[in-house]
Amino acid sequence: MALDTTPGPVAGNATPPPARGPRGFTLPTGSVITTFLVLFLLIASFSVDGFASTRNSGFLLLDVVVIALIALPLTLIVVTGEIDLSVASVVGLSSAVMGKLWFAGLSLQLIIPLCLLLGAVLGAVNGLLVTKLGLPSLAVTIGSLALYRGLAFVVLGDQAVADFPRSWTTWAISSYGGSGIPHAVVPLLVLVAVTAVVLHATPVGRALFAMGNSEDAARFSGIDVARTKLWLFVAAGVVSALGGVFWTLRYGSARADNATGLELQVVAAILLGGVSIFGGSGGLLGVMAGALLLASVRNALQLVNVPSDVLNIVTGALLIVAVVGPQVTARLRRRTRPRSAPA
Amino acid sequence: MSTFLTARRLRGVITGTAVAALVLGTAACGGTTRDDAAADDSSGSGSSASANPDAEIPSGLKIAFLPKQLNNPYFSVADGGGKKAVDALKGDYSEVGPTEASASSQVSYINTLTQQGADVIVTSANDPNAICSALDQARSGGAKVVTFDSDTDPKCRDLFINQATAEGIAHTQIDEMAKQIGGAGKVAILSATANATNQNAWIDLMKSYAGEKYPQLEIVATVYGDDEDEKSFQETQGLLSKYPDLKGIISPTTVGISAAARYLSGSSYKGKVALTGLGTPNQMREYVKDGTVTSFALWNPADLGYLAAYAGAALSAGQITGAEGEKFSAGDLGEYTVGKDGQIVLGDPTVFTAQNIDQFDF
Repeated sequence: MALDTTPGPVAGNATPPPARGPRGFTLPTGSVITTFLVLFLLIASFSVDGFASTRNSGFLLLDVVVIALIALPLTLIVVTGEIDLSVASVVGLSSAVMGKLWFAGLSLQLIIPLCLLLGAVLGAVNGLLVTKLGLPSLAVTIGSLALYRGLAFVVLGDQAVADFPRSWTTWAISSYGGSGIPHAVVPLLVLVAVTAVVLHATPVGRALFAMGNSEDAARFSGIDVARTKLWLFVAAGVVSALGGVFWTLRYGSARADNATGLELQVVAAILLGGVSIFGGSGGLLGVMAGALLLASVRNALQLVNVPSDVLNIVTGALLIVAVVGPQVTARLRRRTRPRSAPA
Repeated sequence: MSTFLTARRLRGVITGTAVAALVLGTAACGGTTRDDAAADDSSGSGSSASANPDAEIPSGLKIAFLPKQLNNPYFSVADGGGKKAVDALKGDYSEVGPTEASASSQVSYINTLTQQGADVIVTSANDPNAICSALDQARSGGAKVVTFDSDTDPKCRDLFINQATAEGIAHTQIDEMAKQIGGAGKVAILSATANATNQNAWIDLMKSYAGEKYPQLEIVATVYGDDEDEKSFQETQGLLSKYPDLKGIISPTTVGISAAARYLSGSSYKGKVALTGLGTPNQMREYVKDGTVTSFALWNPADLGYLAAYAGAALSAGQITGAEGEKFSAGDLGEYTVGKDGQIVLGDPTVFTAQNIDQFDF
């Protein structure tokens, strides 16, 4: 948005309606945050002792994996103008179920598909409540946030199951050779690529943006809005359950309170990445950059011994700037333009 | 027109994603169950080095304290004791930690300390297992790990500084409660988080001890204030409305007991419902003086942190390796001996009453 000097966009701006035109889903917001990320990584590498080491990058990436993973389906949901706040509770519930089944003697090869299936069911419940009953997704998923977390405590109570095989838990935290790239990053990148293609290069992706801009218009152009949204919630459930499996292996501990509050970090990454919370605009590149930036800032500040209360203030402020910034510039632009014409 | 490409395509993509995820999850090997896992689980550490009791503690040791959470008065005092010891040892003290006491939040701090090359990490675990692999990485990076207050799996640390034996803590609290309510009546427990390692161990011991020694004392409920002041306050309120004939509350956590005391002192239950548990004298002073609380107990957390720092320094210098029977000097606290499973017991808890509370400032 800051680079509006080329003739094309300026011409586009001449149209009066303030709604986001097709320009909304080009890259600007994503590239701003990506530039910011690259700059930050460069500065931190030179000025923070140990930040650029392979060991530290491994630690950092491990902290991002689950957030980035869940951000994939959630970005699609936010683009359509909906939200799913139950993702972290799905992580917790699938972790608890995984622990319970493991304790009962099932094999991990059976448990993992079962957990993903569970995720699909949990997502479908959200999706059906939103699409069939027409309830706002914010209300539905605040409810299931509490419900699924509660179920997790029903399953595992205050117990922790921790005797997962060392070969699996070691895999989850170790890297390829000495590279500082955790094993989980490669499958994650595959999923990122798939999601990016779907969102930015297929009719499905265009349909999602269309739904976010105007649901009625999307419906009239033949998009099955309800069905699409239902499947998005199912996808969010499955992916969150996968996140739960990975979380459990990474920490070697299945617990009902795993990943409590993670939904806010995922939503933070998405908003920081320039996706509009009202739907209709945003890009996956920005979201991934947002997730990495939040984690890198935390990591670098920890390395220079900034206390954690200050860390929360910094990340919170960063988020507000990221969300408010585009709004303010948009409003300023809108205010300066139409007023000159009528008055 | 009616069925646009969307639904079908989207389903295809989602199925594809799910299958990819499945393959990813299943790829490792065939049929791993809990039974084969035991064999897979080779022992972690094994201290092969031998101790040299005469080794000098070098100056400039980087000793980091990682409490369950920051801004918790109990850990502030414990870490303060640690700082005193580190200063006496001419070391480099630091305190880092998460603002919320969750299992996984400590991991990134351990990782940071590993990266910074800490010599000694003194920590209190929010989860006995979740920080294990991070501690393993820290130890393979050369750090010595001492746990205090809440232990991890013994394989993941070098020493555990136990504040008191669990039996001692549980028995003291039940005895104090029984003394105040005449050994009979309904009693509830207001604990920290549902997963807190030591609280759960104490609660089990309290129940069995009460059952044996005070059969008339009935523990009717255990509620969790999550070591948050407001939640503990609300849980206290809930207990009293749910059990109108409640005789007493035991809160084996400093956050819980002060929140409960604050509620009781401002309510009609003041002086009628007994409250005891584990609290710090500074938090509880006004409630002891105004008659809400008769007695409560605690070890001195400053001594706990102090001992942990000395133990960590002794490990790092090679004076001890963590094997049973080794002795080391812990400054003002005198000499300590490593017990079974790398445990060192600080001592018996102190009971605070209106008579002695003014002698303590922490």
